[in-house]
Amino acid sequence: MRRTQPSALSQLVEITYKRRRLVTRAMMIVLIAAFLVATVPLFSVFFHVVRQGLPALNMDFFTHLPAPVGEAGGGLANALLGTIILVVLASVIGIPWGVVIGIFLSEYGKSRFAALVRFSVDMLASIPSIVIGLFVYALVVIPMKRFSGLAGGLALGILMVPTIARTTEEILKLIPVHIREAGLGLGVPRWKMILFIIVRGSMGAIATGVILSVARVAGETAPLLFTALSSRFWFGGLDQPIASLPVQIFNYAISPFEEWQSQAWGGALVLILFVFVTNIITRLALRRAHGSGQS
Amino acid sequence: MNTTELRETLLDVRNLHASFGGIAALHGISLSVIANSVTAIIGPSGCGKSTFIRCLNRLHEEVPGATTQGEVWLDGQDILSADVDPVTLRRKIGMVFQKPNPFPAMSIYENVVAGLTLAGVRRRSVLNEVVEKTLNLAALWDEVKDKLHHPGSSLSGGQQQRLCIARALAIEPRVLLMDEPTSALDPISTARIEELIGELKREVTIVIVTHNMQQAARISDKTGFFLLGELVEFTDTSVLFTAPKDPRTERYITGRFG
Repeated sequence: MRRTQPSALSQLVEITYKRRRLVTRAMMIVLIAAFLVATVPLFSVFFHVVRQGLPALNMDFFTHLPAPVGEAGGGLANALLGTIILVVLASVIGIPWGVVIGIFLSEYGKSRFAALVRFSVDMLASIPSIVIGLFVYALVVIPMKRFSGLAGGLALGILMVPTIARTTEEILKLIPVHIREAGLGLGVPRWKMILFIIVRGSMGAIATGVILSVARVAGETAPLLFTALSSRFWFGGLDQPIASLPVQIFNYAISPFEEWQSQAWGGALVLILFVFVTNIITRLALRRAHGSGQS
Repeated sequence: MNTTELRETLLDVRNLHASFGGIAALHGISLSVIANSVTAIIGPSGCGKSTFIRCLNRLHEEVPGATTQGEVWLDGQDILSADVDPVTLRRKIGMVFQKPNPFPAMSIYENVVAGLTLAGVRRRSVLNEVVEKTLNLAALWDEVKDKLHHPGSSLSGGQQQRLCIARALAIEPRVLLMDEPTSALDPISTARIEELIGELKREVTIVIVTHNMQQAARISDKTGFFLLGELVEFTDTSVLFTAPKDPRTERYITGRFG
């Protein structure tokens, strides 16, 4: 009996081994398929936009106002500038708000009130952006009786809050308890410890979360449709309607004029490049910070 | 070690009780810490050693659900009483932790003076002097003097721990609490820190928690043996390790349990 046992066992091992190899191969194929499903649409969109948009990009595109209907030429300079203004305004509103909520959730996040705040932030994150636009329409546009850059910036700012708050919270939670205790143990009051040791030590990572959310709202269209509206002219004050790249793309894309449609592709390309470049730069910066900053 | 008897008591712990969320961790600890000595606390895991020293700088009460009762006298004041501000107290009683924990994104220099700059000390000449003095005390100056502005986290584990000792010394505490400061370090770094502790007791009174009985025997003047939240025996280190009075101490130091 004893002598036959090892060979029976090794046979069993052989069978299991073959089965495992098959499973490994099958899983590998599933993974490659999943990779393709995720990346093929991305690259096909990107190449399509590059092919259609590149011909529209020239000096005029970046420096001129839109041409009147039927005239050739013109550019999207006012929309580019408008998007920059809106994003700066949104950042001024959304970054401090989001970061403060994130700090609160991470450092004082155990109370019932904090649980309510966290729940609200998550709800806010899942509200469709057009509803945020409607909210700001009711809050700002109706009382002011006009569409304005201010309303657009506020809508984008609100949109930034949940992502910034939650990424800040997660980043701060990564700092181990014993570092906080070391701060307290040095006779540093809790609020100072949080701001000057914990938050300061996570600045790079918090900035990454902030920049990614800025890149995201730069491409938002829906919340601007009835807040900032759009404009054919240069920036004329924050209480005036203001042009933005996404809304201009929307207007041009649904227009019947080929010239405008081509410029919409150009705008789309600029927008995608902006998002790509910010993403890549922040990721590289983060990797460098991780290389030397963390132990 | 009779000389220690002649020195004055710096910290006097009387009937200290502590608990976490309703579960008692310390049952009436009383002991005296003599100025400029090294007091070691030994005992098996979960016996309350860390809780004990965390009560001394009131870090214990920062944990939600933690309570403390009893008295700890320092300079004629019960430091556990409600009118003592823990923030001020911690400037007198510094702490070094189990894991080296330099502050993230701060240079070596900034780490050493963090306790001072966060208290509002700005003058460069003062800070420079403190950095050189405390890094010398922590036996780290020669290794880092040319790279004071490198990140604290770029140092090795043993160097980081000495950096944390320098950081704790920079605010000139009366007492330095050390919670298993070498348990995350290799033997060579451990030896350096033990040597350092022997020198530091001229400047500061040290209370050290250690898992390592040989370490307690090597570096301390007095040793307390904790078991299940009680102080079983507290006496001169040479006595405790050669002629313990309590049979539980004897069983522990001879390795029969724990």
